[in-house]
Amino acid sequence: MLQFIIRRFFTSLIALIGATLIVFSVSRLLGDPRVLLLPEDAYGITQEVWDELSAQLNLDKPIPVQYGLWLWDMVRGDLGRDLADRQLIAPKIPDKLGPTIRIAVLSWLLATIVGIPLGVLSAIKRGSFGDYIGRSFALFGQTIPLFWIAIISILVFSVWLKWLPSGTMGEGFAPEYYVLPTATLAWFAAAGYVRLVRSAMLEVLDSEFIKLARAKGVKYNSVIWKHAFKNAAIAPLTYSGVLFAGFITGSISIEVVFAWPGIARYAVEAVWTNNFTVLAAVTLMFTAAFIAINFLVDILYAFIDPRIRYS
Amino acid sequence: MAQAEIQQDTEFFAPAGRSGWWPATVRFFKEWPVLPVAILVVMVFVAAFAEWVAPHDPLYNTLRARNTPPVWYADGGTWTYPVGADTIGRDLLSRLIHGARVSLMVMAIALITGTLVGTAIGLIAGYFGGLLDEVLMRLTDIFLGLPFVLMAMVLAVVLGQSLTTMIIVLAALTWSGYVRNVRGEVLTLRERDYVALAHVAGASLPRILVMHILPGVINTVLVIATLRSGQLILAESFLSFLGAGIPPPTPTWGSMIADGRNYLRDAWWISFFPGLAIFLTVMALNFLGDWLRDKLDPRLRQLSS
Repeated sequence: MLQFIIRRFFTSLIALIGATLIVFSVSRLLGDPRVLLLPEDAYGITQEVWDELSAQLNLDKPIPVQYGLWLWDMVRGDLGRDLADRQLIAPKIPDKLGPTIRIAVLSWLLATIVGIPLGVLSAIKRGSFGDYIGRSFALFGQTIPLFWIAIISILVFSVWLKWLPSGTMGEGFAPEYYVLPTATLAWFAAAGYVRLVRSAMLEVLDSEFIKLARAKGVKYNSVIWKHAFKNAAIAPLTYSGVLFAGFITGSISIEVVFAWPGIARYAVEAVWTNNFTVLAAVTLMFTAAFIAINFLVDILYAFIDPRIRYS
Repeated sequence: MAQAEIQQDTEFFAPAGRSGWWPATVRFFKEWPVLPVAILVVMVFVAAFAEWVAPHDPLYNTLRARNTPPVWYADGGTWTYPVGADTIGRDLLSRLIHGARVSLMVMAIALITGTLVGTAIGLIAGYFGGLLDEVLMRLTDIFLGLPFVLMAMVLAVVLGQSLTTMIIVLAALTWSGYVRNVRGEVLTLRERDYVALAHVAGASLPRILVMHILPGVINTVLVIATLRSGQLILAESFLSFLGAGIPPPTPTWGSMIADGRNYLRDAWWISFFPGLAIFLTVMALNFLGDWLRDKLDPRLRQLSS
């Protein structure tokens, strides 16, 4: 087990270094990095500003040294300055992270509550009309672009029916603003759960020990939930890593469409304004979180299912 | 035992609903991917002959036609603009048709590039093994472990938005999905007698790889490619929607959705139809992929739906 953890840890570390290398090299090696760091409307740059930027970026030093110094800044939490308002980026992060996490946690809960029972139901009533509904739900969640479904939900629920607000987080305690973003993001995640739980359940239900339990006369519900579901629940757990990646992409869609004041929107706005430092900082943060979550999930999975450790 | 419970029990091992018109219809459509192929044929056709099929120039705008509703609207609907016009009066149908061309072309180029690279790396890693295998597999793991959309956004800002950037980004997304499966296949194929015999007969290394190993993995590659193609269309439209993809005025489905986003109240059709086009295409590709997988390589079942 320890050996597995160590090996997995090094893989994660290499992935993290790989990610920083990619961000660093695209920012420094393709063209003049100083151009990236100037606001779009910056004309009449004096030589002093130019030189100051060079010194700040350590451009006079060799590339590996530049990378080391840059990485050190990032590790210390010095993410540079927002090119739009020249403020430090790091202090802004917590405020933007809050709304993102809130919506992610809420929709994760909703997705779990809806997706897992629906997946089980779809598996035990296989071939029924209900199964087709469950599978269509999963299929649509996978094939409909999330940003589009978010827009359509605004169209239906705020423009046509006028039931819910169309965006932003509202002032103070305003739960109605959470409904649409949470529901759309959860749908997408629940679709994944349905698909996974369904196929895992079908596989387990087909195994010998379930037939034995049935033959012994164990109650139907007990077989489904105690014998089958416990074993099938491992699959959705591995999905957590994929789900997290989905949440990153998903929260970008949601925050852009619903004008949600979170960190993903910050990153997308940075794309629109060529605000490179912000984009790089957010990307690195998300990447680190993503790699860390994948690492934890793998450890947890190996802990639960010993077969993984030895493969 | 209550009646309901007995019925539940029989369903448990022999699921009900295997006969009747509904399952029969489902079975026919399951056996032959009629609808998906029809949708894809239409998409490819309009993409290939966009100039002839499209009723208007996708870039020609006339403000007199702005926000024209689809034809079934009594006030303002006209056959000149069958599904309406956008906020500066460009024909939506023509833009959808030309958007199909852009989406399918970008997807195809990225898919082919990614497939070739991914398959080659899988072949090499599996056949040679050892340190090379270890390095290539770690590299693949790194790529699989990166949040792709954010990386694509970084590249879009640094390289500038263009068709080329988009294709590079999407190809970079694609290749890693093949490596693990192809490598796994090669690990068993290379131990086969016929490969050893080819070696003894004096076949060169490239010949063994291409003529003897490659045909054994082609099914797997084909299945993964079909399942991936839908994801590529989704990724491309998402990046274009975010403004990190193919720059305007080139019509793409993703950027058309973005165009109409702020005009939902007055002209919902601008955002609606491109999304429908994405949805239909991706669903058709997924169905086709699932069907191919069941026919060619059922072991890949964990890959998609």
